[in-house]
Amino acid sequence: MAATKIKKELCKGCGLCVTACPKKILRISEESNDNGYFVVENFNPEECIGCANCAVMCPDCVIEVER
Amino acid sequence: MATVFKKTQMLTDTPFHYCPGCTHGIAHRLVAEAIEEMGFQNNVIGIAPVGCAVFAYNYFNCDMIEAAHGRASAVATGVKRVNPQNIVFAYQGDGDLASIGMAEIVHAAARGEKITVIFINNAIYGMTGGQMAPTTLEGQKSTTCVYGRDSLLNGNPIKVCELLATLDGPAYIERVALSDASSVRKAKKAVKKAFEYQRQGKGFTLVEMLSSCPTNWKMTPDKALEYVKNDMQKIFPLGVFKEVE
Repeated sequence: MAATKIKKELCKGCGLCVTACPKKILRISEESNDNGYFVVENFNPEECIGCANCAVMCPDCVIEVER
Repeated sequence: MATVFKKTQMLTDTPFHYCPGCTHGIAHRLVAEAIEEMGFQNNVIGIAPVGCAVFAYNYFNCDMIEAAHGRASAVATGVKRVNPQNIVFAYQGDGDLASIGMAEIVHAAARGEKITVIFINNAIYGMTGGQMAPTTLEGQKSTTCVYGRDSLLNGNPIKVCELLATLDGPAYIERVALSDASSVRKAKKAVKKAFEYQRQGKGFTLVEMLSSCPTNWKMTPDKALEYVKNDMQKIFPLGVFKEVE
């Protein structure tokens, strides 16, 4: 069991985490933050393996990973 | 559950001003994590460049100095000579280091100054609006070579690692890429190795990071990283160019 915590107010919606995720469970959502960016979401948290690839590729340190 | 990834304490809470998908954020984090993991928190001084990373002093949670354009390695030289017990790093982009700062970097390397230079190579001038840089690839378009860089007209890209590796001063020179998660993990090892060489007083150390500039390359962040992997790495091969025992 692993989990990602996404600080949505810091996300710029660049999508690098979406490509980096080996399980393909991240996507750019239709929700926007105060800066007007469409933020990333984990739509299938049960599948997360906690590899932290998303966090390693995130340029804005938005994602925290627990395992 | 244990936390496997968390933002390092060596970065402040100030949100990065970089464009979405810019790898400067990754590079900042790697340097900060390396400092934290090696225990240099209270012993490190950074030099910020001119360029996109001009506000780097707002982001690193350590003492920082802002240098004039291209002079980060010269300022780092002074800081290191006055405070030899400190770990000193200069963070420079390609326009800063390979163009206006070429004299400073070559002579700092030739003198074997015991500093670490983090060189961000994104093959373009980012902050000023996407002009051709010394590292722009042949055929790559920019606002000052709108039909693509022509080697007959504009010359060839400068390979900084290869150039500096011919000198006797450097102790460690490596080129890494920030194109995917495994490359980023390798890049952190290179940064740690450079800091370790500096701590041991072996000489000048430089880590070149191939980075992307989605805004000025006019690509999505994803495509930009593919460009780094498929096109930039052909001209700028990865690897260790100098390592003294």
